[in-house]
This record gives sequence, structure tokens and C-alpha cells, in this order.
Amino acid sequence: MITLIKRRGSYYFLAVTLATLYLYSQSANITTSVFSIAVTFAMPLALAAMVGIMCERTGIVNIGIEGTLLLSSFVAFYVAIAAKSIVIGFLVAMATGVAMSLLLALMSVTWKMDQIIAGTILNILATGLTSFFYIQGNMLPNMFRQKPIPGLSNLPFFGDVLFKHGLLMYIGFVVIITLYYGLFHTPWGLRTRAVGEHPSSADTAGVSVSRMRYVNVAIAGAIGGLCGSYLVLELVGSWNRGFTAGKGFTALALMIFGRWNPMGALAAAMFFGLAQAGANQLMINGTVNIPPQFVGILPYVMTIIVLAISAGKVRPPAAEGQPYEKGQS
Amino acid sequence: MSALLEITGVSKQYPGVLANDNISLTVSAGEVVALLGENGAGKSTLLKAVFGLVKPDSGEIKIGGEPIVFGDTAGIISRGVGMVHQHFQLVPVMTVAENIILGDEPKRGLFINMKAARAEIIALSKRYGLEVDPDAVIEDLPVGMQQRVEILKALRKDVKLLILDEPTAVLTPQEIDELLSVVRNLAKSGVGIVLITHKLHEVMAVADRVVVLRGGKLIGTTSPKETNEAGLAQMMVGRSVVLQVNRTEAKRGGVVLEVKGLQVRDDRKILSVKGVDFSLHKGEILGIAGVEGNGQREFVEAICGMRHREAGEVIINGVATKDLDPHGAHEAGISHVPEDREKHGLVSSYSIADNLILNQFDQEPFAKGWIRNLGEISKNALGMVEKFDIRTPSASNTASSLSGGNKQKVVVARELSEELPVLIAAQPTRGVDVGSIEFIHNQLLSARDKGAAVLLVSAELDEILSLSDRIAVMSGGKIVAIVDSKGADRNYIGRLMAGLDK
Ligand SMILES: Nc1ncnc2c1ncn2[C@@H]1O[C@H](COP(=O)(O)OP(=O)(O)OP(=O)(O)O)[C@@H](O)[C@H]1O
Ligand SMILES: [Mg+2]
Repeated sequence: MITLIKRRGSYYFLAVTLATLYLYSQSANITTSVFSIAVTFAMPLALAAMVGIMCERTGIVNIGIEGTLLLSSFVAFYVAIAAKSIVIGFLVAMATGVAMSLLLALMSVTWKMDQIIAGTILNILATGLTSFFYIQGNMLPNMFRQKPIPGLSNLPFFGDVLFKHGLLMYIGFVVIITLYYGLFHTPWGLRTRAVGEHPSSADTAGVSVSRMRYVNVAIAGAIGGLCGSYLVLELVGSWNRGFTAGKGFTALALMIFGRWNPMGALAAAMFFGLAQAGANQLMINGTVNIPPQFVGILPYVMTIIVLAISAGKVRPPAAEGQPYEKGQS
Repeated sequence: MSALLEITGVSKQYPGVLANDNISLTVSAGEVVALLGENGAGKSTLLKAVFGLVKPDSGEIKIGGEPIVFGDTAGIISRGVGMVHQHFQLVPVMTVAENIILGDEPKRGLFINMKAARAEIIALSKRYGLEVDPDAVIEDLPVGMQQRVEILKALRKDVKLLILDEPTAVLTPQEIDELLSVVRNLAKSGVGIVLITHKLHEVMAVADRVVVLRGGKLIGTTSPKETNEAGLAQMMVGRSVVLQVNRTEAKRGGVVLEVKGLQVRDDRKILSVKGVDFSLHKGEILGIAGVEGNGQREFVEAICGMRHREAGEVIINGVATKDLDPHGAHEAGISHVPEDREKHGLVSSYSIADNLILNQFDQEPFAKGWIRNLGEISKNALGMVEKFDIRTPSASNTASSLSGGNKQKVVVARELSEELPVLIAAQPTRGVDVGSIEFIHNQLLSARDKGAAVLLVSAELDEILSLSDRIAVMSGGKIVAIVDSKGADRNYIGRLMAGLDK
């Protein structure tokens, strides 16, 4: 089964590589620029999916990612303006993400509330707060600008695609790779997955289920804050109502499509990013005549397709959504 | 010498049940204490409290003279306590190695050192004679193998106090002998051991002291020297128990289930049932004897529609069935007591009442069209709880709140009550106390006498010998012999099981 999935994954990889090579041979510049834009579209989706993975791997369903992104991007924006420092904006946004997460943990771990309701509360809270305090017409002091990595950025193709971005993008990559190794190769990851699959096994092995859940959900919140900061301080540069536009929900689909694996979710996000960047490029070229609205709905349509493909074929962490009762079983 | 474990005045109230009622007990180093009691007597609850998993309402528990803190399982483990849990505490999607090292992982830098873990586990399994494959995934393993993993997990650290909650329920007789000798050796080296089991001969074989619980109270202490199995049974149940089954001559009718050339693959896709033929008659019990892992599980699952048939025919009442799903098998007239009650027998989060009608939930009188008839469902539940002596304050409680043996009784009650032409019972008395074993045995015999064709699979050779009219011995994926149980020779069957004789 697992080898089958791996094999299927490598087929996709091969197909994408071949297509890329072909396009690159046709027009190196355009291909490179499409990929590099795709990465900037993919990163926020991938990071948001990491939030979901961290929570669900530990057994907590988090449908409040959207709210976390919305509130933390909002905070990043206005704090950066007030403090005249994007770094402070970024740090306070991370703290906001952690606070949102702790609220989720409080509701679902300590109070054993229904986790769908807990996540919904986060979303409503974020929508309410951000609409209420929203003031138009503010400008960021500056943004996280492109900082090419010396040496690596001179590589053909990859240099432009991966190593000519801002600081938050690089942090994002480090976070995703760290999560991957952390989850599958460290004691912390083993415990996290055990807590998400079969909490009483972890408990009887001396691993505190609620502590693991609190810590992991908090880390997820910090990643959410990074994601919100990236969106506003590095990618877009301004904030308006409904700024995150459902990325937190798309992320859940990517998490499922990526089988709760950071690398899988990153690949899925990259696929989304490419589709969008590619569609944009086609529109600009005028190669095909698609109305911009269709390009706009692309991520949502793709979400539906992706979910339809993966539905029933993937297995979520067995204990997700269930509060843990000590001593039962 | 100070006691290793001191329990003083521990009580635990669950909604509607006083699971532990002012229990005091001490265990010293080098001593094997057997804890006996009916299903639901409160044995697991007491020992879970020792491991920090259950918070007693009152009383005190000390390990090595120091009181324990509820919830501090890590601390309790580090003080040298190991526990084998009645319900496996294994993560199904993880490997044997990952499960064993969980909570105290060998490291290299920041990462888990899987190589060291594997080596450690292989050494551990050699040391105790419990062989396991470190890289096998738990959910692919038969329960007996999972039990070994659970035991190794508890033995990994150098334990001072070892708690074994029904470790032998799913082991083969040979594995049990090995485990009991491990227990004896550990005791000799100064480890204190608490053993829960329903198998009285095991108690007679290893215990230094026997403590009996009934209805949450500690009602007596004895030792194997002062009593015998019948005496222990009487002490547990409070009445005398007939340990011998009274089996009358079977009134054998026509063939109900016929199996021809059945071949089945196991979870690893290896052919584990290699062509089985037999026929099962109305009004008889056919016992399948065999060492676990010789294809019995796969063979039963294939007949019950839980596993794909590679080849062969299953003919029920003269009708050849296609490769069925479980629902189809049930429709065709098969009821099934699965060997793994947690996984295939119950929906833990459903009420006991609902679990008792899982096989008939859409049929009259439990449903009228689309509407469930809750009145009938609860009436049925009350009847079953009474008849099968299921110990629970209310049938509307979830199945997860039942003690292990009472869960088993729920499954048996459900499958026996429907009275289908074929009954396949796999390990029907696993984890059940002696009093209830007697009852379930009588129920199986009365199902037979009412005309059911019963296929009994059991790892207990005694159970097979005492209940079966005919005995089929399975070895290496084949039925190597079918003998009449009248005058069947225990040793001969044992040799067949081991694959020694032809
Ligand atoms: N989490 C729980 N919630 C409610 N009741 C419970 C819970 N756990 C156990 N009980 C009840 O407490 C009583 C004692 O259960 P326990 O599991 O200790 O029995 P046991 O002696 O181990 O029985 P068995 O031999 O069947 O394993 C039973 O009546 C059971 O229904
Ligand atoms: Mg028990």
C-alpha cells in the first residue's frame, strides 16, 4: 500500500519534471517566472496546511485555521504600522496565532468541547474582531523584501524559483522541512503521532496526552502567525476585509491530499500554486481567452476536485476530534 | 522487608457501580500475587489506579514506600513499574519497534536511533523467548503476537513490580508456559508480580498468594497450597461451579455448511489457508483445534465474508455462495463471534443496547421501515443483560465502560440470540470468568441441540475437547485430520497440532 502510494507520487513527480523541462526548453524566462510566482502562491497554502497537520497529527481537528490566518495577518499589519517595524509586526502576529491556538486547546482539550464548534468559534472571533477594528487607508512602513541567497540564487532555474525571496519565505521552507523530520524521525514526532492515533497507548507509556496536545497546537498557532505575516508583510503589503479568502480551508484539503505529511502537503500546495500561476500567465499572454473570474475561482474548484479524488482513500489520524478520557479502555 | 506495593483503603465509584470498595493489598519483592474475580469485579480498575491511570476516590497507593501521584504514569514507570494492559495499548498503524520504544526512545542527536531500537528489541525478545519482528506493523499482526509485543513493552525496563492484566487470554498453551516461566524467573530475581487471569490452572502453577475480589470488595486471600481449582472458582463466584461440561450425544442432521478447496491469503498476502475441505452438519459442534497462526483466523474470516477467498467454494444449505461481504454472510445464515471483540465485535462508543442488536438493527422488531423501535431495543437489552449476566448499571451505558469479560458476553449474547442455521464462534470464552464460561458453554450446547451447526475455534484444547462432537485439527493452513471426539486422545491431537504426526 505504502509503496504503491510512493510509486504513484514518483510518477507525478516525473510527469511534472518532464513537462517543466519541455516548457523550459521552449521559453526559459517565462517558465522560470511562472514557477517562482507559483512558489509565492504555494507557500501560504503550505504553511496553513502545516497548521492543520500539526493539530490533526496530535488528534485535534482545527477548522479555525482561516480565523488564525485572518487575525494574525491583521495584527501583523497594524502592529507593524504602529510600531513602525515589520519584525515586531511579525513577532506579535506569531504570538496572536499562539493565543488563538491556546484558546482552541482550552476548548477542545481541557473543556472537551466539540472541536468543530471550537474551530468555528475561532473563525467567528477573527472575522468579528477584524471587521470591527478595520480602518482603511493605512500603509506599511516597508515589507520583507527579496533577499537573494548568495551563491544559490545564481543556479539556473532553481536560483530564481527558490532562492530569490524574502525572509519569511525562507523561514517557511525551514519550518516545513523541520516539521517533516520532526514528525517522522524524532521522539517528539513519534509521541505526537501516537497521541493522535491512539492516545491511551501514549498515556500508558508515560506520555502526557494533554501536554502534547497543548504544545503542538500552540506550535501550530505560531506557524499560523508566520503564514499570516508572510501574506501581509511579504506577499501583498496591504490588508482588507476577508483578506485570507478561504486559504485556511483550502489548506485543510491540501493536508488531506498530502496525507497529513508535510512534504505531501507542500507538493499539493505547489501543484495549486503552479495551476494558478500558469493560468495567470496564459491570461497575460492572451494565449487563451479566459475571463479573470475563472482564474479567481480556480483554487476553489481545485479544492473540490482534490477532495473528491482523495476522499475515502486516505486515513486520518484515528483519534482526531475525540477528547481523551483517562482510564477508559 | 518493606512492601513493594502497598494499597490501603482504595475505593473507586463509577456512575452506578462501586468498582473498588475499600481495598487494601500489599505485594512484596519476589512474590507472585494472583488477583482473581468475576468479570467486572474491579481487578483492572484497581491495577490501573496503581499505574496512575485511574484516580481513586479515597485511599492511598505507595510504591517502594512512596505515595504515587495520579496521572504521573511516566514517574511510576521510572520507579520500576511495568504493566501489561488487558486492552492492548498499541498504536495500530505503527511498527512493533515504534510501539515498544514509545515514551523512552533511543536517540542519536535529535533523532530516533531506529537501528539501536531494533537491536534492543531483538535482544529483548531473545532474552525472554518471545519472538517478534521489530518492523511488522501492529495492525497486521494476530492478537497473540500483539500480546507478545505488549509483554515485551512492559519488560523493557528493569522492572521491580510487574502488573499483568490477563496476559494469557490470547496466547497459545506453549506461549503461556513460556510466559509463566518468565514470571517465575522474574520473581526469583526479586520482582514483585501481580497477575490477573481467569485460567485457574495458571494461578495454581505460579501464584504464591491468591487474592479474590467480588463486587469491588476484597473477599479473601488464599494460596495454591491451601486450595484447588474448584475451591478458587467457588471463592470467586460465590457458588460451586461445574468445571466439567455435561455434553449429551449430538443429534446430527444433514449438511448445512460445506467448504471445498478453500484458499485464503493473510494480511501479508501469503497463502495461509491452503485448500480446506470439510462439512458441518446440523446439530453438531465441530471444533477446530490448532496452534494459533495456522490459518484458523483467515479461514473463519473468509467464511464470514471478512476476507477475500482466493479459491474454493462455500456452500450454505446447498447454495454455493459468492465471495461474500459480512452482511451477505449474515444474510446467508451465518452468525459469527469474532476473535477480536474490540475491533470486530463491538462499536465501543455505542450503547450496550445498540451493540446487542447490531446484527438485526434493520429488522423487526427493532426497526419498522426507517424508524428504530427504541422500546423493543431496550427491552431486548434488559433481557440479554439478565440472561447473560452482563455486569453494568444500565444498558444505555456505552460499551466502552464495560469490563473486558462483559464486553465478550455482549458479543456472544448478540450472536447466539439470533438463532441462525450456522454459528461460528471464534474464541467465545476469551477473557470470561469461570462462572460465565460455564454459562456460555451451556448456551453453545443448547444452540446445537436446537439444530444449529456450530463451528468452534478455540486456542484452548480443553474447550475443544469438552464441547466438540468432532474435532478438526489445523496445521500449516490445512486440516490434517478430523477425528470423532469420543475417545479422542489429547496427546495425539497435540502432536497433530504441532505438525508432527500425519
Ligand atoms: N470508565 C468506566 N466508566 C464506567 N464504568 C466503568 C469504567 N471502567 C470500569 N467500569 C465498571 O467498573 C466495574 C469494574 O470494572 P473492571 O474493568 O475493573 O473489571 P475487571 O475485574 O477487570 O473485569 P474483567 O475480568 O471482565 O476484565 C465494572 O462494573 C465496569 O462496568
Ligand atoms: Mg479487567
